[in-house]
Amino acid sequence: MLKVENLHAWYDHSHILQGVSLEAKAGEIVSIIGRNGAGKTTTLRSIMGLVKKCRGQVDFDGTPELLDQPAHSRYRMGLGYVPEDRRIVPGLTVRENLRLGLVSSPLKKREAEIIDRIAETFPRLKERLDQVAETMSGGEQQMLAIARATASQPRMVMLDEPSEGIMPVLVDEMFELFSRLREEGTTILLIEQNVERALSISDRAYIMDHGTIVHEASAAALLADKVIQDRYCSV
Amino acid sequence: MIGGFPIELLALQLFTGLALGSVFVLLAVGLSLIFGLLTVVNFAHGAFYMLGAYAGVFFIGYLGNFWLTLAVVPFAVGAVGLGVERWLVRPLYGRGIDYPLMLTFGLAYILVEVVRILFGAEGMPFDAPDALMGAVNIGVGYFPAYRLFVIAATAVLVVALWLFLEKTSYGLVIRAGARDSEIVRVLGIDISLVWLVVFGLGTAVAGLAGVLSAPMRSVFPDMGTTVLVEAFVVTVVGGMGSLAGAVVAGLLVGVVVSMTSLFAPAMAEVSMFALMALVLLVRPQGLFGKKGLMG
Repeated sequence: MLKVENLHAWYDHSHILQGVSLEAKAGEIVSIIGRNGAGKTTTLRSIMGLVKKCRGQVDFDGTPELLDQPAHSRYRMGLGYVPEDRRIVPGLTVRENLRLGLVSSPLKKREAEIIDRIAETFPRLKERLDQVAETMSGGEQQMLAIARATASQPRMVMLDEPSEGIMPVLVDEMFELFSRLREEGTTILLIEQNVERALSISDRAYIMDHGTIVHEASAAALLADKVIQDRYCSV
Repeated sequence: MIGGFPIELLALQLFTGLALGSVFVLLAVGLSLIFGLLTVVNFAHGAFYMLGAYAGVFFIGYLGNFWLTLAVVPFAVGAVGLGVERWLVRPLYGRGIDYPLMLTFGLAYILVEVVRILFGAEGMPFDAPDALMGAVNIGVGYFPAYRLFVIAATAVLVVALWLFLEKTSYGLVIRAGARDSEIVRVLGIDISLVWLVVFGLGTAVAGLAGVLSAPMRSVFPDMGTTVLVEAFVVTVVGGMGSLAGAVVAGLLVGVVVSMTSLFAPAMAEVSMFALMALVLLVRPQGLFGKKGLMG
């Protein structure tokens, strides 16, 4: 589904990503873990086309040179993205935020139907559809961000620390949702601080440090490997 | 009687202010939209207004029909706006607010000089259509029919623009893009196309303001210079980036100027700046502006 090879990225003159290679096969949940500043967010931003200066080989769902495509075309190819600070648009209602996820999609014609279905899947959003989205709690906003990024039914979705600063009940709900998305055939690439939680639903995981991948293993193996976890994941 | 003036005269002066304010509204709406979305302070906005008036003179000579001219001018001026965004402003995105400001500042001079070369420096006549000649009784007295039409046309345009922004998907994208252009891009929307359209739309409305005010004010190459200052005052009073602010402040400034010219004619020109200073003291972000928009 997604294959990244030798990805480099720069912010101004600092060389942030120094040859990242990773892969997510169709239907997998893959986690990237590592300390703050390891380059996890930059990896996702580069794949989405939000980093001005980046180089490497990214294949997505049959498109061999994803980095040559304009940023906005990646979502249309079926690559959804939930950025780390949720990015709920201020001033817009919940419904308007959801509509925004459908504007560029062929599913736009069935907008009302899709929003109804989202409301069934996300009961917390249902009664708040016409409320200004910023007035919701952080967890509810995060649910909205995920619902928005998946409204167009992308083949794959990348999430950047979705559980950060969210109350535990909602984190449970969110991880159930990820499992459900996978059952529906969505490939997931996940960045998480909550390492054990992330590994428990993942198939495989990559560990990043200083802008490169330093370790790759099955999630189960990594979950058992306290040495590696301590070396790269403890803050 | 209020302040020595009969109430009917005050009411008429209020309408005069609304007509004047309507032109301010049209200009400020475009300025505000362009600033809100592109963070471009468009110093060429007055020049686009002037182009609208000259396009009016040109097309009415060519088409011979005022209404047709009124329909064609926004498209002609908007087309120039599209070209300016695409080839002049776009290369400057991401370089800070002063680059497009300097560019449009210089562009305004070039447009004025080009028009001076093509049409001459002296004013050109532009008559209101026969149907709008004369005055109509509006209950408090007779008021020029054309000015009434300008108020009505502005009201229709503002409502149409509001419906477009609030009720259509394109409007949703514009509102979202003004607040967070990055999220709009990762949701599959080509934001540079949105910027192009908004610049075109803003300049088209400036052109419409130009042709609408042509029968009320004279048509000359520098006509956009003073009006640009007035439009900036309105935008600052209303709050940068706010449609409602542009409408309320445009009408408010129009009425304040026209009332001051009745009570203290010498103060008329300075009155709008006094109003601006007052608003800035009380609400630095403008009546409808949000705090920290420039941040």
